[in-house]
Amino acid sequence: MKGLADIYAQQFKTTLASFLQYRAAISIWMIGHVLEPLIFLVVWSAVSQSRGNNIGGFAAGDFAAYFIAMMLVNHATYTWIMYEFDHRVRQGSLSFALLRPLHPIHTDIVDNISSKLITLPMMLGAAGILALVFKPAFHIVPWAAAAFVPALFLAFLLRFLIEWTLALSAFWITRVSAVNQGYYIAALFLAGQVAPLALLPSPVRVAASILPFRWMISFPVELLMGRLTPVQALAGLAAQAGWLVLAFVLLRIVWRAGVKIYSAVGA
Amino acid sequence: MRAPRLIWIFFRINVLSELAYRANFFLQLFESLLDLGTALAGLAIIFSYTNNLGGWRPDEVVALVGVFFLVGGAIRLVIQPSMERLIEAVHEGTLDFTLTKPVDAQFLVSIQRVEIWKFADMVLGAGVLVVALSRLGTRVGGAQAAAFAAALVVGGIIVYSFWLILATLSFWFVRVENILMIFQSMYEAGRWPVSLYPRWLRFGLTFLVPVAFATTVPAQALIGRLTWRTLLGTSALAGLFLVSSRLFWRAGIRRYSGASS
Repeated sequence: MKGLADIYAQQFKTTLASFLQYRAAISIWMIGHVLEPLIFLVVWSAVSQSRGNNIGGFAAGDFAAYFIAMMLVNHATYTWIMYEFDHRVRQGSLSFALLRPLHPIHTDIVDNISSKLITLPMMLGAAGILALVFKPAFHIVPWAAAAFVPALFLAFLLRFLIEWTLALSAFWITRVSAVNQGYYIAALFLAGQVAPLALLPSPVRVAASILPFRWMISFPVELLMGRLTPVQALAGLAAQAGWLVLAFVLLRIVWRAGVKIYSAVGA
Repeated sequence: MRAPRLIWIFFRINVLSELAYRANFFLQLFESLLDLGTALAGLAIIFSYTNNLGGWRPDEVVALVGVFFLVGGAIRLVIQPSMERLIEAVHEGTLDFTLTKPVDAQFLVSIQRVEIWKFADMVLGAGVLVVALSRLGTRVGGAQAAAFAAALVVGGIIVYSFWLILATLSFWFVRVENILMIFQSMYEAGRWPVSLYPRWLRFGLTFLVPVAFATTVPAQALIGRLTWRTLLGTSALAGLFLVSSRLFWRAGIRRYSGASS
């Protein structure tokens, strides 16, 4: 375990240094992360205004709080691995990663966290500006805010493992863009990015709770909004933990099968 | 009249090279349909709660989505791939070959790459537009159709000039692929009427990254909400954009030092 910690520390040093070179590029990628929730925030505020400032218990200030929290949670948990892995398999650069005596997922975790450390000031700044403009109504419940911390951590891990596993489909499929898009759209609706899950039709809500989507993104936001009962919060944490175990097992199985058929195209 | 013939030749070359990968067509169609389905599902959720979005009726917003796909498809069909190729060519110095040809280089780089399957987006967008208009029940008169066509052309010129300016930056800076992403990210905002956005964002979407002219203005023309004054102003702006992008391009070409240096 000590060995792994040392490796992580060293990886962080080098990755942060190299990512800092690209901070301008990384910042440009963030535009979408701010703009998307901002658009939905604006749209839902307009909807709420047209209906006497109350849509299913959400006033304009609640939508503002929801989408600002959504922006931060989505940013904290997102990965780009599904768009990158296909490259690694087709160009054969995965071969180098396989030669190292360390599972390649570790460098990906470090990359992910490093890029977020670099963009964190920007995202917080964006959240601050949006808060000034849209006047969110946060009703923070202390215990729920405390539960937010482990929920966010579990959400990050869960989303990372699931998207890493899905990215492995590149071993079998040469064109993964359709898979990626299908997943992206499912996450858009089922993880509460288009609208709070409470406002979606009930079949969608049920699907979101059975599938991992709600637990990857929406659940920490719901905690911040202070709208869950303690029982719901505990059930949510349990669902996160359950899915995490499942995702871990799945990842190991798919990874083993994938590496077996990997032939390093182009190598 | 060499220009149309050249456009036709480039188009044909691109079609021929892409026909080798016919499976891509179905992939593209699938992705476009998913994309469109997502947009319409999002609208369905929103309009299950209201029937008035910032003064726009549901079918009017659907028409806007049609324009969004139509124009977005056109951008991804030729503008985006050509400009990406231009940046690559400046990087690698292969722009030399273009500059030595006896045709205007700006014209050549602007039509050099066509991603033909993006036609799918344009066709789907046009289809959505037609359905939305028929559901609106308002007859689109000759004047409106003309205004729509004019708004599309003028909006297209603005968007093209904007992309050219961004791509021309590659003569000075090394990594501008990322700057192109600014437009792609901001274009998403064009799905919705710009009148919805707070003033500062509306300003940004109109004058800094001219998304409004590409989608909202043509859609307004079609549903009869565009004043002649706006259309004239937009045309003047388009002229300004076209001239400045041309001047900027010439300045960039002067800066270009070729592959061997």
